[in-house]
Amino acid sequence: MKGIEAFQELLPLLKDEPVTLANGFISRQVYNLEDREGNFYMIGSMGLASSIGLGVALAQPDKKSVIFDGDGNVLMAMGTLAMISAAAPKNLVHVVVDNEAYESTGKQATLSNKIQLDEVARGTGYPLVMRAEKKEEIGPAFKKLMDSPGPGFLLIKAEPSFDSSMGRVHHTPEEIRDRFMKVATAK
Amino acid sequence: MLDSKSFVDRLRSAGFDFYAGVPCSLLSGLIARMESDADVPYYPAVREDAAVGLCAGAYMGGKLPVLLMQNSGLGYSLNAFTSLNLIYKIPVLVIMSWRGCGGKDAPEHIIMGRINEQLLETSEMDYAELTDENQDEVLERAMKKIKEERLPFTLLVKKGLFDERH
Repeated sequence: MKGIEAFQELLPLLKDEPVTLANGFISRQVYNLEDREGNFYMIGSMGLASSIGLGVALAQPDKKSVIFDGDGNVLMAMGTLAMISAAAPKNLVHVVVDNEAYESTGKQATLSNKIQLDEVARGTGYPLVMRAEKKEEIGPAFKKLMDSPGPGFLLIKAEPSFDSSMGRVHHTPEEIRDRFMKVATAK
Repeated sequence: MLDSKSFVDRLRSAGFDFYAGVPCSLLSGLIARMESDADVPYYPAVREDAAVGLCAGAYMGGKLPVLLMQNSGLGYSLNAFTSLNLIYKIPVLVIMSWRGCGGKDAPEHIIMGRINEQLLETSEMDYAELTDENQDEVLERAMKKIKEERLPFTLLVKKGLFDERH
């Protein structure tokens, strides 16, 4: 399965949830597939998608806060998995598309070919951890996480598929913030 | 000296309702106050940059955040501040202990103590030293920066300003 196919499975399952997206190919692919006001495209600050999504979840306990993360980001901020497990927000769903590469910078290898990130999440104490290696497994796993008390973790093993002709996010950072805040704080 | 309880009450009445950070002995009285008060949620972070992200998410979820850290965490946080808070205009009140101020401290704090202000200025981060005489004035400046420009504001705290618990 290619990374982009994982997003093609996930995006139709979203409703009006605030979604925090890791920088690089994850933000760019999702932006080009389907731009949503509730998407926080994190264009810099690598590693922080998980802590930003945790902040949203704690501030808005009645909404699901979804994170679309990457293996490079998770490895950079592995301690944040411990923060998520310790804070234990029931409304957090952490999806990691793991292509074992820093794809946006030229597919250099990360460490996730050797380190199983779902085992790391389980070890830190996420109550529900799932893994999808086939496209068909993504929808049911994601639905289960969205319907269960979290924090939940879904590891999707994917192949790199980034098309660098895909444009960058065109909204300004302040526009991204305003759109996202409107969705995240909506009654 | 400032009283930790009064200062936390003051932050709360100014609207700050989300607290996170990494401890410093100089801020230990303040953090103990936050930890003991169920109405003031304090979230311990593993690293200062993760606390920056946490506060940014909380802000976008409708909270007004305060971030506590030692100045040793400023280095870890610079990319977070410059490529998240400063470009998206996501404010946070940073309470940063000024270890190494005046060159009198353990060796690991001396250089950061010396360059602390320069580093904030170079990074285009507005700040002021908090003292027991200027809290009205600096909090007013901080609120203006946070509410009007939607940018972070840092309060530098020297040893002895708050009580210590160790």
